[in-house]
Order: sequence, then structure tokens, then C-alpha cells
Amino acid sequence: VSASEKYVAAAYGVFLVFVLVWAAIIATKLARLERETGELARLARARPARDHGDG
Amino acid sequence: MSISKPSLSALAALAVVLGGVSVAMIFFVAPEDADQGLSQKIFYVHVPIALTAYLCFGIGAWKALRLLLTRGDRYDLESYTGIHQGTIFGALTLVTGSIWAKASWGVWWTWSSNQLVLFLVLFLFYCAYFMLRFSIEPGPRRERISGVYALFGVALIPVSFFAIRLANDFIHPTVFTREGPQMTGAMFAAFCASWAAITLLAYVMYRTELAGKRTDVNLRELREALAR
Repeated sequence: VSASEKYVAAAYGVFLVFVLVWAAIIATKLARLERETGELARLARARPARDHGDG
Repeated sequence: MSISKPSLSALAALAVVLGGVSVAMIFFVAPEDADQGLSQKIFYVHVPIALTAYLCFGIGAWKALRLLLTRGDRYDLESYTGIHQGTIFGALTLVTGSIWAKASWGVWWTWSSNQLVLFLVLFLFYCAYFMLRFSIEPGPRRERISGVYALFGVALIPVSFFAIRLANDFIHPTVFTREGPQMTGAMFAAFCASWAAITLLAYVMYRTELAGKRTDVNLRELREALAR
């Protein structure tokens, strides 16, 4: 493998790695949003029962 | 009649297809450069990334201007996301440019090229945007100050872009001149395909990131409402 081939592979590889890292970050964020949405849904479901109990 | 935005998944699929087509054109259709040889292939990824970085910074500044003129809340997140994308693509421009410089000039970086130094200044200016933004409490004051800062940075974009033409930079190559692109038709077609793919990818990333940030804001408001 020539030096030029290594540099070209490195430049395109950096871009590919960046896209993969970005996708991983977005996947992590999506998992967090899913968890938080679930917690809020549980809170919202518990709320009418609590309000009813207080009233 | 309103025109609805194309679906994000369709755009993402199109970006992947365009990316594949551009890689095939770069390595199988575009001829090898007589002067630089194989290392010139870095041009097809480096220049579109740099142009996309300029575009993202420009969008960030445009949204900041809209924010300052209309006081619309939504423009703050849009401006922030545009600048965030621009900074990411700016970092990629510096990395791929350094690799190309090492392959062509034998050095990773040179301070004697105005184009390189001015791009670094633009990149660092927008890196400081995040320090400024996160040093202020969220609210209208932060939105206004961030907007003004984002707008100031846009003046650096044409200076950086035209630096090689204004300063007779002999190190950094000038491919696009008044006579048109200095390359063969096949090379230009490969460049255009790569530019379209990367710009579309950036747009998909912009909308995805913006959707995530808006969901974060909505969840925070919902949590506060439920806690009452």
C-alpha cells in the first residue's frame, strides 16, 4: 500500500467514523428520550388517581 | 397551497444512495490527477465538507437574524443547531485538510497559508459561541446575545472563502476561478455528486438534531407542568 493510498483511506475513513459516531450519539439520545417519555407517561397516569384521592 | 417538508427517512435514504454514487464516481469515473496523483481524491471529500461548514454557519447566522428581527423562540434552537453542525463540519474540514496537506505538501499544517489560518479563525470563533451560550442562564437574554454573536461571525465566511483570491496564496490550490472549474468534466461531475451527498447528509443531521433538541425542550416543559 502506497503512502498516497494510506492518506486517501485516512481522509475517507475519518468521515465514515464521524458519521458512525454521530449515529451512535443520536441512538443514545433517542434511548434517553424514550426513557424520559416513559417516566412522564407513568407520572401522568398516576396523577388523576392522586388528584382523585386528594379530592 | 402549502408544500410539506419531505420525510426525513426518505431524505436519509437519498443521502445514502447519493453517497454511494459519488464514491463510485470518485474512484471509478473521475481520472487520477496528473500532478497530485491519487491523493487528489481527498479533494472530493474535503472541499464539499468545507462548503457545507460555511453553509451551516450561514444558516446559523440567518436564523440568528430572524430571531433578532422577529423575537421568534424557535429561531434560537435553529441557529444553535446550525452553528453546532457548522462546527462539526469545520472540525472535519481541518482534519481532512491536514491529511491532504501531509500527502501533498509533506506537512500537517502551515501558518503561511491565509486560507488555512482564516478557516481556523472562523472555526475557533464559532467554538467560542458555545462557551458564551452556556455561560448565560437560559432565556431571552441568552437568545439575544447568542444571536448577535452568531451574526457577527458570518462576516468571516466570505473573508475565509475569498482569502486565496485576495491574498495571492500560492500554497493552497485555487480550483474554482473566473474561467470556471479547473478540472475535467468527469472530475467536476464527481465533485458535484459528492457535494450534493454531503449537503443532503448535513440537512438530515440538522433536522434530526433539531427534532431531538425540540423534544428535550418539550419534555422539560411537560415535566414542570406535571410537577405542579
